Amino acid sequence: MIVSGEDRRTDRPVDGRAELDNRSPIAVTEVRRSRTKSRGGIPRWLFKTFSPIGLIALWQVLSSVGVLDRATLASPAQIFDTALQMWQQGRLQDAVAVSTQRVLVGLALGLLAAVVLATLAGLFRRGEDLIDAPMQMLRTVPVIGLIPLLIIWFGIGEEPKVILIALAVTFPLYLNIYGGIRNVDANLMEAARTLGLGWFAQVRHVVLPAAMPSALVGLRYSLGSAWLALVFGETINATSGIGYEMNTAREFFQTDVIVVCLVLYAVLGLLADFIVRTLERTVLAWRPAFRGS
Amino acid sequence: MATSVSRELTGSDTGQYEKPAMVRGLTRRFGSRAVLDGLDLDIEPGQFVALLGTSGCGKSTLLRILADLDGEITGTVRVATRRAVSFQAPRLLPWKRVWRNIVLGLPGKADRARAEQALAEVGLSHRVDVWPKVLSGGEAQRAALARALVRAPDLLLLDEPFSALDALTRLKVQALVAELWQQHRCAVLLVTHDVDEALRLADRVLVLRDGRIAYDQPVEAARPRATDTPDFLAHRTELLSWLGVPAGDSATT
Repeated sequence: MIVSGEDRRTDRPVDGRAELDNRSPIAVTEVRRSRTKSRGGIPRWLFKTFSPIGLIALWQVLSSVGVLDRATLASPAQIFDTALQMWQQGRLQDAVAVSTQRVLVGLALGLLAAVVLATLAGLFRRGEDLIDAPMQMLRTVPVIGLIPLLIIWFGIGEEPKVILIALAVTFPLYLNIYGGIRNVDANLMEAARTLGLGWFAQVRHVVLPAAMPSALVGLRYSLGSAWLALVFGETINATSGIGYEMNTAREFFQTDVIVVCLVLYAVLGLLADFIVRTLERTVLAWRPAFRGS
Repeated sequence: MATSVSRELTGSDTGQYEKPAMVRGLTRRFGSRAVLDGLDLDIEPGQFVALLGTSGCGKSTLLRILADLDGEITGTVRVATRRAVSFQAPRLLPWKRVWRNIVLGLPGKADRARAEQALAEVGLSHRVDVWPKVLSGGEAQRAALARALVRAPDLLLLDEPFSALDALTRLKVQALVAELWQQHRCAVLLVTHDVDEALRLADRVLVLRDGRIAYDQPVEAARPRATDTPDFLAHRTELLSWLGVPAGDSATT
């Protein structure tokens, strides 16, 4: 808006209409209409695949012209071949089966421990006093640092690996479930009481569902820790599994096998994340905010 | 049927006729301050009582005690066993579909037909299956009313249930409450700070001051009530002066 320089307060017209007529012109700009972007041609999902594919192509080119030699990093084509071979020999499936089993058993143990401890600490004052302080202390210990002790206690069999994973799972999950239970809206608890719900019904209908979003965040986080613990557990004294394949390959400078193993870890991690996301979508369907983008 | 929420009196169902609420010498202290100080109150069956008071005077505390949410009291409080509460916020469980919220806590299996009937009463037949977070403020408050009324209470406790609603929705929900009360004929205690609301809805208006019921008068105008009659305006001015608003300032609430 542009206001003229002359001071019109000196002879303000009494009539409002006259005031309107005397006004200096107002500069007007048309509001820009935003165009709905239709980029046509390439759909977005396809466009997103360009950069990963480009990187792999670049890698292949560098290997083919000899910049990357096989002992440093095998070419994508070699890696694909190796994966196919390992699949045909059954080594790939065996390794995945053994490693997945370790994660599942460790996860189950950790899940059980976390749920039981967090529920006791979250619901009962006495439980909190007994459980929460040691848990908060122990969670600061890096789980990986426990490996030497676990080996001394449990030897070099399956136990230390599974227990390492279980420990890695327990702490993040415990913290999130406990926090979720403690953050339940007191107003909803009151409402539940006025509806005549007893203690068990309050826990079932109010406390546990309210803690669920937080518990699922904990589950996702602890799955990440579980894979990490698996990698560490398997690189030390394993006789089977993905980590075993990787260690053997290291001794023979088989970078192709190592990359295949890394890809396996990544795929399994993504798969686990996908499962939790799907779980969240079903269990947390009541949250309109939870549509993601 | 009545039960005691008093610390001193053990709950006993005598089976004989009793009032939906009977309060004698009720005192509730927060620290050294007695918010309720020897309060007496009787609510008759089917009576619509509005409880007015300035902010912080203890009216919500009284309601919470009647709802058995606050037991740190001395004195005697006997309230109907079948009672229901509707709060300022709807307080629906967001993880349960609307209809499951309505029948939550009722004995037996979740009865969808009963929930549908209760929701129809408050005009929410089209919202039976949605998640509570999808409801508008007025709809959520109506659902909370349905949840209270489906329990067929002898005493309905309403804690400023309209105050979070916009002005137009508030009028509609108030009219709905009046209508529902005429059908159900349960005793109602409406806690509010809105004098017009109290005079439009209640049979009897109370003012809580200094920890006791300082003012207790019937409202005898025929329903539905006009809010522009001389009687109404006189009553309004009187109540506002009880609430500490001088006559000259009472043109707008």
